[in-house]
Amino acid sequence: MARKKRGLQEINAGSMADIAFLLLIFFLVTTTMDVDTGIARKLPPMPEEEQETPPEIHARNIYVVLVNAGDNLLVEGEPMNISQLKEGAKKFINNNGANPTLSDNPEKAIISLQNDRGTSYKMYVRVQNELAAAYNEIRNEVALERFGERYIDLNKSKQKEIRNEYPQKISEAEPKNIGG
Amino acid sequence: MSKFRNKDNKGTPAISTAALPDIVFMLLFFFMVTTVMRETTLFVEVMIPKATEIKKMEKKSLVSYIYVGPPVKRMQASFGSKPRIQLNDSFATLNEIQEFIASEREAKDEKEIPYMTTSIKSDESVKMGIITDIKQELRKANSLKINYSTRKGTY
Repeated sequence: MARKKRGLQEINAGSMADIAFLLLIFFLVTTTMDVDTGIARKLPPMPEEEQETPPEIHARNIYVVLVNAGDNLLVEGEPMNISQLKEGAKKFINNNGANPTLSDNPEKAIISLQNDRGTSYKMYVRVQNELAAAYNEIRNEVALERFGERYIDLNKSKQKEIRNEYPQKISEAEPKNIGG
Repeated sequence: MSKFRNKDNKGTPAISTAALPDIVFMLLFFFMVTTVMRETTLFVEVMIPKATEIKKMEKKSLVSYIYVGPPVKRMQASFGSKPRIQLNDSFATLNEIQEFIASEREAKDEKEIPYMTTSIKSDESVKMGIITDIKQELRKANSLKINYSTRKGTY
């Protein structure tokens, strides 16, 4: 009794799309697409037991930035608008001994940042951002002048050279609690 | 009498959907590759601040997240509206941060520990007091690399 040869029966793939859609929707719901970005900072290590006296730093090499609970800025004893902070910091870093109240040279320049416990996080990040921007702009200017390229386009060793000359020294003091 | 006569009156033939699964699978793979799994359910409302000098975070597997912000609406009845800290999937207190960092470290390879970063995802409205306390705890835990999570934008 010979059976009629029919070959392989085709699998019905009509519901395949449904399965795929189901998976797709599952992944859409459970995953996020945002790239994490942020301002990277390094915290100072906890002080050791026997602490050596910190090296003396000349007052002219410290750029004091204070932020109070009302999100107001006091820079080097003068109230300042946040929009001027970047320029102010750049002038301070790039002074090279010209103005006796500003830094000796970029390597010695330290920015001291102190905020109140009542300062808003938004303001804090903004101040950090402006200070980072000051350094980034200076480094970029130096890179353009010296190598004719933007700082981010330079290779690692050239970047390091500039970074060593213009180190980003931002010191954060323990916050006060005045207007908490 | 026409030579080409309609064999039957079927109307328009059904559109073949055989390629549909392929298209959907393509979409699926695209999303699988470009996205990451959402790890935690947020119990706090976090609207991260804007900044311009931002850097992309690398090696997401080495990043631990600390969320700070006011609890979301449905949690406010039981937790109030004051900013709280969230670690993993639950609210936490300050003293739990060190423990959290220790457990995060345990899960990683020893070689990778120096590269571990803590990302602080905090709401704009949060006061610095709580952030400072967190930073102190991180210093105590000797987890010094931090990242203030921000989004791109100008003021």
